[in-house]
Amino acid sequence: MEKMKERIRTFFGYKDLFHELVSKDIKLKYRRSFLGYIWSILNPLLIMCIMVLVFSHMFRFDIANYPVYLIIGQTIFNFFSEATNKSMWAILGNASLLKKVYVPKYVFTLSTVTSSCVNMLFSLGAMLIVFIFCHVMITPWILFVPVILLQVYIFCLGMGMFLSATTVFFRDIQYIWSAVITAWMYVTPIFYPIQQLPEWLQRGIKHLNPLYSYIQQFRMIVLDGACPDPRLVLYGFVVALTMLVLGTWVFFKSQDKFILYI
Amino acid sequence: MDTDIAVKVDHATVRFNMATERIDNLKEYFVKLVQGKLMFQEFLALKDVSFEVKKGEAWGLVGTNGSGKSTMLKLISGILKPYKGTVTVNGSIAPLIELGAGFDGELTARENIFLNGAVLGYNHKFMEEHFDEIVDFAELRDFLDMPIKNYSSGMAARLGFAIATIVRPDILICDEVLAVGDYAFQQKCEKRMTDMRDAGTTLLYVSHNMESVKKVCDHALWLNKGSVQETGSVDEIAEKYMQFEKER
Repeated sequence: MEKMKERIRTFFGYKDLFHELVSKDIKLKYRRSFLGYIWSILNPLLIMCIMVLVFSHMFRFDIANYPVYLIIGQTIFNFFSEATNKSMWAILGNASLLKKVYVPKYVFTLSTVTSSCVNMLFSLGAMLIVFIFCHVMITPWILFVPVILLQVYIFCLGMGMFLSATTVFFRDIQYIWSAVITAWMYVTPIFYPIQQLPEWLQRGIKHLNPLYSYIQQFRMIVLDGACPDPRLVLYGFVVALTMLVLGTWVFFKSQDKFILYI
Repeated sequence: MDTDIAVKVDHATVRFNMATERIDNLKEYFVKLVQGKLMFQEFLALKDVSFEVKKGEAWGLVGTNGSGKSTMLKLISGILKPYKGTVTVNGSIAPLIELGAGFDGELTARENIFLNGAVLGYNHKFMEEHFDEIVDFAELRDFLDMPIKNYSSGMAARLGFAIATIVRPDILICDEVLAVGDYAFQQKCEKRMTDMRDAGTTLLYVSHNMESVKKVCDHALWLNKGSVQETGSVDEIAEKYMQFEKER
């Protein structure tokens, strides 16, 4: 308990570092590009347009309001993919710093995931444009969106903690992960309806893929204008928190050995 | 613990895994695991080192390359954890192990000042208040909005030193950082260090320049291949060390 209090106190001591690191990531992302932050909105829109073209002409799915369906899945999944990919480098990329100054190491993972989260918040702008363009009825349930994003954030943070620590010891993970992410994308109903899959696979996805739960909650709110299924919300939180505890445990267990491997 | 002790190193041993046999991919890991060769070749960078630094003392660490001086400083600043033994530190530390370690090449000097300040644990408001003082000490006002990647190593070191010494820490750790600065700047830094020492800061200083060590420090610790060769007053140790170097 004392140790926990001590940790929290240290974190508040370094909250400015956390703040600086997040703002550094965001500032540098679009530096020297002509359109700057507009890309955060333009980029998801462009990708969505391509996907809509591909999937409404080449492979047809019977989904009402397809652009809306697509961009919700795409936004959530991109956040997950960006956050996990970047956090693999959170410790390794700051090796020179970690070798010279004492800084709590998790600050780097935390700030990496958070800056991906900020990018995702920017891309909500793109989502809003699509909603307006497709005449989505906005209901008060839209206020539930932050709760969904919180679940995704916690899940990504747990994943990020786990990956940033394990990549220090096994660099192979960065290559394995790109395959895992591709597989994960296909088992997440981003551009297809889940009903198209065989029964057993549907059940597997619903039980084992938390991203499905987050995306499904979001779609219920926006496309059906309804309250998200409480079972999905509960499941989402339980998985996210479990992942966070697991990831943090692995991280703290191994962090003293980082210095010998970076 | 005694309140007048700033740093106490008690039978500390630091173990490294020799980089030649570093296992950092899964395949190798499993191959070694199957072969039962997961034991790594260990290397003790520091062997059973003990010493105490009282508050307000200035210690010079001398020794040849690879004798464990930098490892010692990293141990004290908390970057490394001892494999055996304990290290106790009383008070705040400003580590100058490599100046500008926290700099991001893409950011401008102005942005880096805030980032580096945060790395050292100073808050944003504090940095704003001392911004001008830092810039004036580093004499880099004309280059504030230039990305650090275009700075020379000397310029980056100036900025790093100015940021790290903006507060008077309880313990200042300095590792051969002034070598890249020009003569005038080295003098300026030495003066700042002696001022700090006179104001009660404990100093741990590594340099191969014996004159500089003698000027700044009052005690010295001589490390040889990871073990303590001798401790004592700076003049005595410097004398013996120079003798040892000549005979080698």
